[in-house]
Amino acid sequence: MTQYFGGLCAVSEFSVSLEQGRMAALIGPNGAGKTTVFNLVSGFYKPTRGDIIFNGESIKGLKPHQVTAKGIARTFQNIRLWFDMTVLDNIRIAQYHALGYGLLDCFLRTPRYMRRERDIEDHAMEVLERLGLREMAHEYPKNLPYGVQRLVEIARALSIKPALLMLDEPAAGLNSADVEGLIKLIGDIHKDFGLTVWMIEHQMDVVMTLCSWIKVIDFGATIAEGTPEEIQNNPEVIKAYLGDDTI
Amino acid sequence: MKRLTVPALLALALGGLVWASMSGAMNVYWQSVIMFMGINIILAASLNIINGNMGEFSCGHAGFMAVGAYVSSLLSVALFTKSAVFGEPLLPPDMAVWLFPAVLLAGALAASVVGLLVAIPSFKTRGDYLAIITIAASYIVKSTIENIGAIGGARGFMGMSGVMSAMTATANLPWILIWVFVGTVFSVWLIRRFIYSTFGKGVDAICQDEIAAEIMSVDTDRVKLVAFMVSCGLAGLAGGLFAHILGYVNPGTFTILKSTEIMVMVYLGGMGSLSGSVIAAIVMTLLIEYLRDAFGYINSFLHFVSIIPDSYEVTQVWKWVLIPLLLVLLMQFRPEGIMGRRELADVFPRLRKFYTFKG
Repeated sequence: MTQYFGGLCAVSEFSVSLEQGRMAALIGPNGAGKTTVFNLVSGFYKPTRGDIIFNGESIKGLKPHQVTAKGIARTFQNIRLWFDMTVLDNIRIAQYHALGYGLLDCFLRTPRYMRRERDIEDHAMEVLERLGLREMAHEYPKNLPYGVQRLVEIARALSIKPALLMLDEPAAGLNSADVEGLIKLIGDIHKDFGLTVWMIEHQMDVVMTLCSWIKVIDFGATIAEGTPEEIQNNPEVIKAYLGDDTI
Repeated sequence: MKRLTVPALLALALGGLVWASMSGAMNVYWQSVIMFMGINIILAASLNIINGNMGEFSCGHAGFMAVGAYVSSLLSVALFTKSAVFGEPLLPPDMAVWLFPAVLLAGALAASVVGLLVAIPSFKTRGDYLAIITIAASYIVKSTIENIGAIGGARGFMGMSGVMSAMTATANLPWILIWVFVGTVFSVWLIRRFIYSTFGKGVDAICQDEIAAEIMSVDTDRVKLVAFMVSCGLAGLAGGLFAHILGYVNPGTFTILKSTEIMVMVYLGGMGSLSGSVIAAIVMTLLIEYLRDAFGYINSFLHFVSIIPDSYEVTQVWKWVLIPLLLVLLMQFRPEGIMGRRELADVFPRLRKFYTFKG
């Protein structure tokens, strides 16, 4: 797919196919267009050319909330929680696509409403439990440390029960101890939930430990793809990251 | 016990009010103060959905109130009473008692449909621009009414007192007081159920981060539509009750001043706090009534000490200096209002013993 902003070609002829259950990474220098790719997939932009196929159907042109309902969840580079709502409410709202009741149910508190609200809360608590955040359920994210906020954001994305989880720089701003925890956590949830994970990440130890397939882009163009070993030795990639060695 | 405390208290309050107004223990003046308090509670609590929970800035609430006021007045006059505009009543007047709530709901429904005028632009527009659209919408409503001669135009529309006397003729009770009370409780109850549900929490999610809301599967357009329609519909309900208290309506009532008055209540109470809006509506109503007397005293006092010339009288108009001034001071010294974003049960946790917080 290709995306132009005005005359600027932000992403050109980008093509990727993610096998189910794989953990892949998208890397590249700053401004390479990585987040644009994520925004295209999650429906913020409609690709100028090309198509996005998910589980055999095109999701091009769907609104972000519809894309998410299809099973694509994501986190953000800079944390975007609802900071003035409890952690539990943050997770509950992510169940919106599966709400299963309407305004009238809500006014009349019909059995359907009561059942769905209970299910939503149970599911939210389950996800929090899984990530070890149960005690934080009634805290406000604004009062939590940065590392925990990251976890809450991942919990919120997981609660959607996605098939594809896109993580936009999950390790950004974390200290090395937190990064180790994060690597373990992502590895675990990848296995336990049977997810396909696709991440943008700058910290190479995260990418090299977790991902089995890496794609490198620069100035919107793909410059390399392959296994971590191949990428580490690819001269194009080294050039893009470190610059030309001819002075 | 927990489930019944609030309904029991409300029933007791209603019984007390009906008894007091029928036995003459409460004079007509205080009855009307209580009724305007109810109207203000509905208006503030409904505007709070938009200005508080959703974080948008609607300054056209009076416009939707006008729609409800006119639609329900026209309906009730046409159906239940003899009038110059519609002639003989379409239904026997003793049915007024039973069908009055339906008439009010019809007004509310009409107001929520007119609310689309604001709801649909809100999909793409927000902040200041949406605020301008809300003002425009309220002026569209006001000018439309002013220019329909058949319903009185700028002179206003009357005849609702005939409907009220038709009700009293059927059963001698202070009907309008009862309906205002029921309408107020109904509105607060409806709003409460809405904003505490996961469905309604979507409104807060839009306020705090709209992009995150959209990405986390919240259909933001639908939430906005529902929130505006609920809010405007309840404003319409308040308008309908308001028109039947006074017995006549006049488009001049529903100006931006009226909208401002409602906004002051919302900001005084605290944005996004339902109990805050209710408390602020009560406080403001009492304050305005108190000012009515106070201006008389201030006037005599200032004349007594000869600060102002004899030809000048300090009148009610000064209300419109004091209320905006209150807003200025509020924004300066306590921008979060009385309650902030908290509810009564957050401030007094003991209240939880008497009612379930999440309902």
